[in-house]
Amino acid sequence: MLSAEGLRHTYGPVVALDGVSLTLAPGQTLAIFGPNGSGKTTLLKVLAGLIRPQQGWARVAGGRRAIGWIGHQSHLYGHLSVTENLLFWAALYGVAAAERGVRAAAILERLGLSDRAGQPVWSLSRGLAQRAAIAKALVHDPRVLLLDEPFTGLDLAAAGDLRKLLGELRGAGRVLVLATHNVDEGVELATDVAFQRQGRLVQLAPRGARGAAEIAEAYRRAVTDG
Amino acid sequence: MGELLGQAWTVARKDLVLEFRTRTALLSAVVFTALVLTVFNFGRDPTAVATIDLAPSILWVTFTFAAMLALNRAFQLELENGALEGLLVSPLSRHSLYLGKVLANLGFVGVVEAVGLPLFVLFFNVPVGRVLLPLIGVIALATVGFVSVGTLFSAMVVRTRFAELMLPVLLLPFLLLPLTYAVQATARLLAGRPLSEVSGWLKLLAAYDLVFIAVALLLFPHTVDE
Repeated sequence: MLSAEGLRHTYGPVVALDGVSLTLAPGQTLAIFGPNGSGKTTLLKVLAGLIRPQQGWARVAGGRRAIGWIGHQSHLYGHLSVTENLLFWAALYGVAAAERGVRAAAILERLGLSDRAGQPVWSLSRGLAQRAAIAKALVHDPRVLLLDEPFTGLDLAAAGDLRKLLGELRGAGRVLVLATHNVDEGVELATDVAFQRQGRLVQLAPRGARGAAEIAEAYRRAVTDG
Repeated sequence: MGELLGQAWTVARKDLVLEFRTRTALLSAVVFTALVLTVFNFGRDPTAVATIDLAPSILWVTFTFAAMLALNRAFQLELENGALEGLLVSPLSRHSLYLGKVLANLGFVGVVEAVGLPLFVLFFNVPVGRVLLPLIGVIALATVGFVSVGTLFSAMVVRTRFAELMLPVLLLPFLLLPLTYAVQATARLLAGRPLSEVSGWLKLLAAYDLVFIAVALLLFPHTVDE
């Protein structure tokens, strides 16, 4: 479903990716933990096809149409309503015209945004805008979801709802790649865990029975030890 | 081809909806056009140079700078909430994005010209009645040339500092040719010369359009990809 081999990418002297390889099958959720500047966002951008790596390759079955992306920014137009934004993105992702409205309404209801559907995005609070961004990423029912710090700006209830939704998507066979610097976020969703340090993915392995505390300790050692 | 144009129309429609909803750039361009024509009207000495000799240059200088305002905003609005990143992650082809932006810019500049032309006739009292259709043809061909090149440069400079200054500096040298052709054709039309004298300039404008649309389509993907 998603595979990458030997990815390397640099920004001048800064190595953002260094020999990253991974393969994910339907139903797998990879949580990538790493400090700021470790290359997590670059890795997601390469997987999304936004950056062409200087070495190596990345492939997603189904191409761009199969990818949902939640990044640092919402990708929403402030002067369009939430629904207008979703209809626009659904059209770009090739959702049939007759289905767009139904899909948009369903995802807005799922994310508790139905009563905000007609509101322009500029008028939404940060948390609500983040929920709208999640709706935008899911409106075309992607098979691979790339999530870059998706819990940023969400209150506790909304973060819990998002975890539940992502759990459902994983159960439905979607591939999720979640990048965050916070081990507590999303560790319970992960089927696989990796730590990223100076562009390298280290200790990429199934989560198994490891709990959050154990993973947090392994993460601390991985990013601080040489 | 159908999907390419369909996606281009989706982008163009979104841009036009955003512009007509906010009206910031459109109003600025219309007011700018009216002001420039007013300044030229009162700033010239009709006893020194005949109006009919000066009018074509005034018309095209006004339209060129008004078009610059439109072109500046074409990709600026994609910077809001990182929408450009969302477009590049999506399956939207780079060619559709370019054509969509060209279509929206043509609509935008077309509105400005539709307001500017009657003002020009009013202020300069030039006889356009008998040559209105060929004049509209000249304006349409020149506008396609301006917009096709300008949209490419607008994408090129949008992520640079001082984008609004950079665009005219880079773009104006490329507009010298269509500007010359348009002024020559307009001057002949307003002087009541036969259409056969104008057709050569129209062919040159059409050739410029074809060449630069093709070149822009080739180069555009490289200007937006990281």
